[in-house]
Amino acid sequence: MNILDIQGLRLRLPDTARPVLDGVDLTVGAGETVALVGESGSGKTLTSRSVLRLLPAGAATEGAVRVAGQDVLAMNPAELRDLRTGTAAMVFQDPRSAINPLRRIGDFLTESLRLNAGTPEAEATARATEMLEAVGLTAAALRQYPGELSGGMLQRVMIAAALMGGPALILADEPTTALDVTTQAEVVALLGDLRERFGTGLLFVTHDLGLAAAISDRVYVMYAGRIAETGPAATLFERPRHPYTAALLAATPRLAAPQGRLAAIEGQPPSLQEELTGCPFAPRCPLATEVCTERMPERLPLPGDPAHWVACHHSDRLEGRTTDE
Amino acid sequence: MSSTVLEAVGLCRTFGAVAAVDKVSFSLPEGGSLGIVGESGSGKTTTARIVVGLEHPDAGRVLVHGRDRTQHRRGRAERLARAREVQLVFQDPFLSLDPRTPVGAVLRETLRLHFPDADHTRRTAELLDQVGLGSREAGALPRQLSGGQRQRVAIARALAVEPAVLVLDEAVAALDVSVQAQILNLLGEIREQTGIGYLFITHDLGVVRCVTDEVIVMRHGRIVESGRTAEVLANPQHPYTRLLLESVPRPGWDPGRIAAARRAL
Repeated sequence: MNILDIQGLRLRLPDTARPVLDGVDLTVGAGETVALVGESGSGKTLTSRSVLRLLPAGAATEGAVRVAGQDVLAMNPAELRDLRTGTAAMVFQDPRSAINPLRRIGDFLTESLRLNAGTPEAEATARATEMLEAVGLTAAALRQYPGELSGGMLQRVMIAAALMGGPALILADEPTTALDVTTQAEVVALLGDLRERFGTGLLFVTHDLGLAAAISDRVYVMYAGRIAETGPAATLFERPRHPYTAALLAATPRLAAPQGRLAAIEGQPPSLQEELTGCPFAPRCPLATEVCTERMPERLPLPGDPAHWVACHHSDRLEGRTTDE
Repeated sequence: MSSTVLEAVGLCRTFGAVAAVDKVSFSLPEGGSLGIVGESGSGKTTTARIVVGLEHPDAGRVLVHGRDRTQHRRGRAERLARAREVQLVFQDPFLSLDPRTPVGAVLRETLRLHFPDADHTRRTAELLDQVGLGSREAGALPRQLSGGQRQRVAIARALAVEPAVLVLDEAVAALDVSVQAQILNLLGEIREQTGIGYLFITHDLGVVRCVTDEVIVMRHGRIVESGRTAEVLANPQHPYTRLLLESVPRPGWDPGRIAAARRAL
């Protein structure tokens, strides 16, 4: 069974012309690492937050978000609290703004166990020590304040806190974006080790295509609240079949590519005040034809590759091309 | 051989016991583009702030066209002349523009200060056109623009005084990939057209490769490696440069090995 199963999630906010999330389908298997890639405003952060029902005020939802078989959107407050303290945990982008600077690390780590599970303090502290050691820190950190730790160390504390309740699913929202590249490598290595050790599923939200390709089993690419393309990481990046994925890859400044002008994507993503009739990427798409502005493309598996789904009228025109060309 | 537009000689700056910048020297040829690469705490931003004049060095000098700009300048005309030597584009276009001033007025204010007698309406339109914005954006407030458009405004404002050098401090780091590519291409075009020199501060090696001719790699306030960008990236000599290059995620990437190499260094 999938630990996370999102089906047809549609989310509307007040004073917008179109849903912020429009029919998102996404699964994470037990022990699987899945990357959710997109630019700002694509809805990737909202998708990951909806898993813990951390939704903006006034949000109206349709569809189902199942964690370990239970629909999060239909939970009562007690069930929701169990979910947030036990089954699923979130690692936020900026540990410095997610951890109370006036409380010691030990307090921060043990708070949810002591308050929600009623775990005695000594036992909770023992667990915190164990988790700190799992992320490469020592019990000495328990007595320290967030201000005494570097950004990379604090992100480790954040991950240790996420592990405290023994979650089956970790949601990591740009967990390395605020970190240096060499620190990023350490945190990613750590998340990989923990997955092997504890068998947790990981939903990794990022804007960095290279990082997504390097660490995940499967990738979802989002654009304007929809999943544009999904498939195994290797195939998706070597042979993208959605023009948006292909364009994103071409626009990324890379070390291996030839020097000179980048293939920028002209224009901007559609705003929330615009109603969409056809494909949201059509105004910026080099392959767009009349049908693209008239009819929304359905997301369909590629013939011969049932794991690779694309929502594009013209995905066959990208067939056989690779990103190396 | 083109002449040198910007030269830094033996810059030092300490904060308490920390040597943030330690004997840093480099030079930027006219119309050239120099990248400064490093992680947080490497001293790259402090170096940039010294070049711009937001920070005073404890020792060393910054010369623009052979003229020392670290000396105290007296009088309004002198200070304005100094501002025309170097201009800065900040990382965050959401914080670097006044939220209550329309875009056109931002440019006109700068122009009025530096060129009181010129035709500002024509020049404003010219600048907006140069960065790919139109008259519609000229009347807009910053919050009505996207991140990429705001960064275009910030670049236009810096170009308004016709500086000799543009310092870009992580100027594309906050932008999405598709917009980042637009801005990087725009910066390339502007350099071709105007012959302005770039000092490009960044942590992203892909970006460095894309927009700079030469690069210096900084660590703990010191320059550990410098040279032609293509050569440094293809054949890094210092172990730290190699570590930085290996840290860039790619398929088949082994973060565990990088973490071990980092601890060893």
